[in-house]
Amino acid sequence: MQAYDLPDNFGHFGQFGGTFVAETLIEALDELRDMYEKYKNDPEFLAEFNHDLKHFVGRPSPIYFAERLTKKIGGAKIYLKREDLNHTGAHKVNNTVGQALLAKKMGKPRVIAETGAGQHGVATATIAARLGLECVVYMGSEDVKRQSPNVYRMKLLGATVIPVESGSKTLKDALNEALRDWVTNVSNTFYIIGTVAGPHPYPMMVRDFNSVVGKECKVQMPELENKQPDVIVACVGGGSNAMGIFYPYIDDKSVKLVGVEAAGDGIETGKHAAPLTSNSPIGVLHGNRTYLMQNSEGQIIETHSVSAGLDYPGVGPEHSWLKDSGRASYVGITDKEALAAFHNLCLVEGIIPALETSHALAHAEKIAAKMSPDEVVLVNLSGRGDKDINTVADISGISI
Amino acid sequence: MSRIQATFKSLKNKKQKALVPFFTAGDPHPGKTVEIMNALVDSGADMIELGIPFSDPMADGPVIQRASERALKNSVGITTTIKLAAEFRKNNKMTPLILMGYANPIEAIGIDNFISLIKNADIDGVITVDYPPEESVQFVKKLKENNIDSIFLISPTTDDKRLKLIINQATGFLYYVSLKGVTGSANIDIKEVSEKVKNIKTFTDLPLGVGFGVRDAKTAKEVAEISDAVVIGSRIVQEIENSNDKDLINNIRNLMVEIKSSINKNSETSE
Repeated sequence: MQAYDLPDNFGHFGQFGGTFVAETLIEALDELRDMYEKYKNDPEFLAEFNHDLKHFVGRPSPIYFAERLTKKIGGAKIYLKREDLNHTGAHKVNNTVGQALLAKKMGKPRVIAETGAGQHGVATATIAARLGLECVVYMGSEDVKRQSPNVYRMKLLGATVIPVESGSKTLKDALNEALRDWVTNVSNTFYIIGTVAGPHPYPMMVRDFNSVVGKECKVQMPELENKQPDVIVACVGGGSNAMGIFYPYIDDKSVKLVGVEAAGDGIETGKHAAPLTSNSPIGVLHGNRTYLMQNSEGQIIETHSVSAGLDYPGVGPEHSWLKDSGRASYVGITDKEALAAFHNLCLVEGIIPALETSHALAHAEKIAAKMSPDEVVLVNLSGRGDKDINTVADISGISI
Repeated sequence: MSRIQATFKSLKNKKQKALVPFFTAGDPHPGKTVEIMNALVDSGADMIELGIPFSDPMADGPVIQRASERALKNSVGITTTIKLAAEFRKNNKMTPLILMGYANPIEAIGIDNFISLIKNADIDGVITVDYPPEESVQFVKKLKENNIDSIFLISPTTDDKRLKLIINQATGFLYYVSLKGVTGSANIDIKEVSEKVKNIKTFTDLPLGVGFGVRDAKTAKEVAEISDAVVIGSRIVQEIENSNDKDLINNIRNLMVEIKSSINKNSETSE
C-alpha cells in the first residue's frame, strides 16, 4: 500500500489546495517553499524547533484519561490530548514557533499574522517577542471589539494590532489584509498564517509543524491503553489542530478520524460555519481551492458560530480532500451542544475548555455513549477556555 | 484579428499609446455603469477594463475594495456585470472590453457558463487576478477556443523563467504591475519600471500595458513613453467615490482628458 504523500509539488490535495494568488505573491511563495524544503529536514533547524517546543511551549503535552466524564457518558473511554496546557493555552503555538524560527533563518526581521479571536495573534506576538522580531497583527475591527483582552495581551507582548475595516471586518478580512501587507513588504516580512489554509506551502507547512500533536499521541496512547485510539475527534475551523492530530494517523486506517465543524444555530438555518457538513460548493479563497460558504454568484457569505476560532467560511484544503476520499468524516455541532459540553467538562473534570474545543467534546460524548467500554475515543483538547469566559457569562445572562 | 490586437495595431500606426481605464461594475450604482463606460470612450479610452465585484479582493487596495463593497450592496455580481457589458456592446462595436476579477465568482457560475456568457456579450479579454498560469491551463485553453484573450499580470518579482511561462499562455497584451503591492499603492519608480519593461520586450512581441501605480497625468506620460498602454484604475475609482451623481460623468471626463492629452503629447507634437 502506498503511503500518504500529499500534497504534490504545487500544493494540490487532489483537486483541492494549490496556489491561487496574484503574480505579485508568487516569488514570495516560491522562496518560502524552497526555504521550508531546505530546513524541514535540517538537523540543526529541527533541534532548535524541538528545543523551543520542549522548553518554551512545555511539550510533550500529556494525554489525560477523563475518567469521570467517561463514567457519566457510559461508553467508550474518553481521553484528552492536553494542548490547553501549552504556553499561551492552545495548539496554535506549535505552528508559530516553527514559522517564526523559519522567518529568522530567512533573515526576515518582521512577522505579520491574521487573527480572529486573537489566539493565533497572541501566539505569534509571543514567539516574536521571544525571538526579537517586529510583529504586526491584523484583526477584524468587529473582533477587536469582541476580544479586547487578547488585543491587550498582544500589545503587552510588543505587537502592533491593526483593526481591519474592510468587508465583514472579521477573520477572512484580516487574512486578506495580511496578504496585502505581505505583497507590499515582501522583502523584509514573513507572513505567519495561523491555519492549514492559504496558498501552498502554508497548508502543508502548518500541518507539519502541528503534527507534533499526533506524533506524540502515537507514542502516548499505547503506553496508556496498549493500542491506538479507535476514534480521534477534533474541531475544525480552518482545521489546524485537526490536521495536527490526524496527519500522523492517516495511513493507520484502523483509527477513525472525525472533524467537528461549527453548526452555529443549526445547519438548516444557514447560520453556521460548516462548509463540509453543509455540502457547500467548491471555490477559491485565500490562495487555495476548497469547500467554501458562498452564494450562487461566488461571493463569500458571513458565517456564524459562538466560537470565534471556528468562524471561517472555508476549510483547509486537506480536509476537503480527506472528506472526499472518505478517510475522515465531518459532522456539525451547534452552539447549544458545544456550550453544554463546555459546562460539562468544567464540572466533571475541572478543565475549562475553549469553545472551539467544546464542539469536539460534544461530538465525542455523542459517539462514546454508543461505543463499548473497551474502545477509546481521543479528543484533541486544542485550547483552554479562559478566553471564552466573558462570552459564556454573557450567554448565561451573568455579568462579571 | 481580435479587437484588442486591432486596437494596438491602429494606435501603433498613429504612434500613440493606449489609455485603459478601469472601474468596478455597479459602482456607484448599476444605472451609471454603461454611462460611465460611454463617457470613458468619449474622453479618450482606447479599451476598458471592467471590474467584477468580489467580496474578498485580496490584490486590491482600499479604494477598489470599497468600490467592490458599494457594487455588492447594489447586488451587482458577476452575472449583472456581464449583462452591463453586453448593454454597452450593443452601441459600441469598436472598443475592446476586458473583464477583470477573481477566480471564485467565475468558478461559482461555472467556467463553461462564464465563457458562453461573455462570448454572447462580445467581451474581448479576461484578467483573472488569482489564476497564475499554472492553475489556469484549461481556462485559458477554453478562452482561446472562443477567441477571447487571456491577459496575465507580470510583477516586478517575476523572473525570466516565469516570464516565458506567462508569455506562452498570454494573448492580447501583457499587464505589468508597476510596484510591489496592491492596486493604488505608492508612486512608481519609473526608472525601475523602464528596465523591467525593456527586459520583458526581449521575450515577446505582445503589447505591454503598465498599471497599479498610475495616479496622475505626469506618471501616465512617463509610463506611456516606455510602454504600449497605460492602465489607470484606483484614480478613476476615486473620482467615482468622491463625486455626486450630478458631477460624476463630467469629473471622469475631465480626468480622462487630462491624462489622454499628457500621454499622447509627444506623438501629437512630432506629427
